[in-house]
Amino acid sequence: MNYLEVEDLRVSYHTPEGEVPAVRGVGFGLAAGSKLGLAGESGCGKSTVALALLRLLPRSAGIRGRILLDGEDVLTMRWGRLRAVRWAGASIVFQGAMHSLNAVRRVGHQIAEPIRLHGSVPRDRVPQRVGELLDQVGLPGWRARSYPHELSGGQRQRVMIAMALACEPRLVIADEPTTALDVMIQAQILRLLDRLVGEHDISMLMISHDLSVLSGSCDRLAVMYAGRVVEEGPAHAVVTDARHPYAAALGSAFPTVGDPASRRAPHGLPGDPPDPADLPSGCAFRPRCAVVEDRCAAIDPVLWPVDSDSAGSAGRSAACVRVLDSAAPEDTGAPDGAETATTRVADPDTTLPTQESGAQY
Amino acid sequence: MTGAATVGRADTAARRSRVLRYVGGRLLTAVVSLFAVMVTSFFLFRILPGDPVRAMTTGREVTVEQQAELRRQFGLDQPLWQQFLDYCAGLARFDFGLSYQYRVPVSELIAEAIGPTVLLAGTGTLVAALIGVTLGIRAGWRHGSVGDRANTAVALFLFSVPSFWLGLLFIVVLASGTGWLPGLFPTGGMATPGVDGVVAVTVDVGHHLVLPVATMVAVVYAQYLMIMRSSMLDETGADYLTTARAKGLRDALVLRRHAVPNALLPTVTLIFLNLGRVVGGVILIETVFSWPGLGSLFYSGLQVPDLPLVQALFVVFASAVIIMNLLADLVYPLLDPRVRT
Repeated sequence: MNYLEVEDLRVSYHTPEGEVPAVRGVGFGLAAGSKLGLAGESGCGKSTVALALLRLLPRSAGIRGRILLDGEDVLTMRWGRLRAVRWAGASIVFQGAMHSLNAVRRVGHQIAEPIRLHGSVPRDRVPQRVGELLDQVGLPGWRARSYPHELSGGQRQRVMIAMALACEPRLVIADEPTTALDVMIQAQILRLLDRLVGEHDISMLMISHDLSVLSGSCDRLAVMYAGRVVEEGPAHAVVTDARHPYAAALGSAFPTVGDPASRRAPHGLPGDPPDPADLPSGCAFRPRCAVVEDRCAAIDPVLWPVDSDSAGSAGRSAACVRVLDSAAPEDTGAPDGAETATTRVADPDTTLPTQESGAQY
Repeated sequence: MTGAATVGRADTAARRSRVLRYVGGRLLTAVVSLFAVMVTSFFLFRILPGDPVRAMTTGREVTVEQQAELRRQFGLDQPLWQQFLDYCAGLARFDFGLSYQYRVPVSELIAEAIGPTVLLAGTGTLVAALIGVTLGIRAGWRHGSVGDRANTAVALFLFSVPSFWLGLLFIVVLASGTGWLPGLFPTGGMATPGVDGVVAVTVDVGHHLVLPVATMVAVVYAQYLMIMRSSMLDETGADYLTTARAKGLRDALVLRRHAVPNALLPTVTLIFLNLGRVVGGVILIETVFSWPGLGSLFYSGLQVPDLPLVQALFVVFASAVIIMNLLADLVYPLLDPRVRT
């Protein structure tokens, strides 16, 4: 059974202008020990997904769907249970650790806080455990007495990783873990994260706008656009042979190593992501799509298995009418269940009914 | 790990020298400010119109010789620079000269009055800060709630009330007593004559303290509430609070361990600034409640004008502000590690 199972997740923000859907039916599964990358440009809803997994969204957000963590639905958990699951069941490596760490507390104290809270080790062993964790991320033990502003960006991210591993969770959610770092440090941090996650047999959901970062670390990739997953499959296949025009554009926005042509002329994608409050009819990507057709205005495509005849297409799906064309209509089953991480086809209905304001905090 | 340990030690050494430089800089600033206050207070009160000797002798028949004798006695016949030097020499010995109206050393008058003022204004400021900060934290954390709106409205209403008016109202309603309501508190002063014994005196002074402190607190706590509330509002969306929640902390702990320590910084500065102003800042309340403090003394000195007294009080008031500012500067790094570098 998958450790994390997300089914038809929908998040909308209550604003004075009305309901604004940020996530419009996202589903995926994550088996123990596997790594899934969630890609997309800013505003596509990927960070909202990350925060929704532990019900960390502000009160103005309404969440629907199911988030099964080890079989338990996070969205219907009682408060006490939710607090116990937070960090001990799944922890988060936040983006830009400068602001995610408390500036007026020593980092050792901040690492120790969840350990004490969840009683992961006996009280008298906490300082020792903090030392071990710092050692694991390659920081000397005396750094426990430092304040966040005394550390470099890379060191702060290491502290963040040490903190995420503090209670030995079975899932780590890495939300843009390397975004604010330069390329060399980025590579170090990714290697570190990879190694630690592998050593401790932790599942990882890594979120980034950078496909090259994700493809290096993850088994499978899901590409999000305007609150939906538009393509999903094995990491290598999605990067090199994307079936959704948006995933293809995102892939070619980063130069391919060893290909001078692509390095000199990375392809950008013109236009901006759509305003979630005012989505175009049909396919949300239509206004920016290079291969748009007339019917795209009428059809809002759902994730559909990519034709499994062609090589390397196993367990892949994409939400584009052209994929729908090439697939056999009878083949409506979910993509190959043997895969470690699978994305489920979402309900194509985009309208979001007003929902009762459930408190998320 | 010897390499790391050495780095750690070098780090502490560097930190220590940074701290010394910081403290030294602040001390120097304070000393320079104090000197400027001394000079200003001397010349400011020489420029003021009004002949002190004429003021001292109003309503009495005095000969020109007597006036000259008074001038000689108070050193007013000396050239200005000589007076200034005497003044500086006196300050060094805490000797502010003789009061024109009371004919006793000014330092004695101040020594007598400073205790009551610190008691009244110090208690008032601390209670106001405590109430304001507590309510401000709750208002900011649950901003937009009914509690927030009610608290803010009440605080701002009281803030706009003149302190002397509120004091008089308290005296009329709670001290003199009206209709069926008996007078619960004394109308003024700091002690009932004839009360003896440590416990009895403490209770008696406490009883006298209630109304003036209540007046002061009611009028000023809004400042602390508003500052604390807006600092809390600045923090509520912060990423480190999301981290704290993600760790599984209860809301109360997220508030206490993470949000409050960060939001407290601006309020602490305000508390120290107000503690500095405490010494001279409650003239109206002291006058209304006949509280024998520095405010009342200053008021009586201004009416004469009693130059040595007013001048000395000016120095005392300004020094208190400077010293409290210095303390704020020294305490701030303890609360915010970012200031230490």
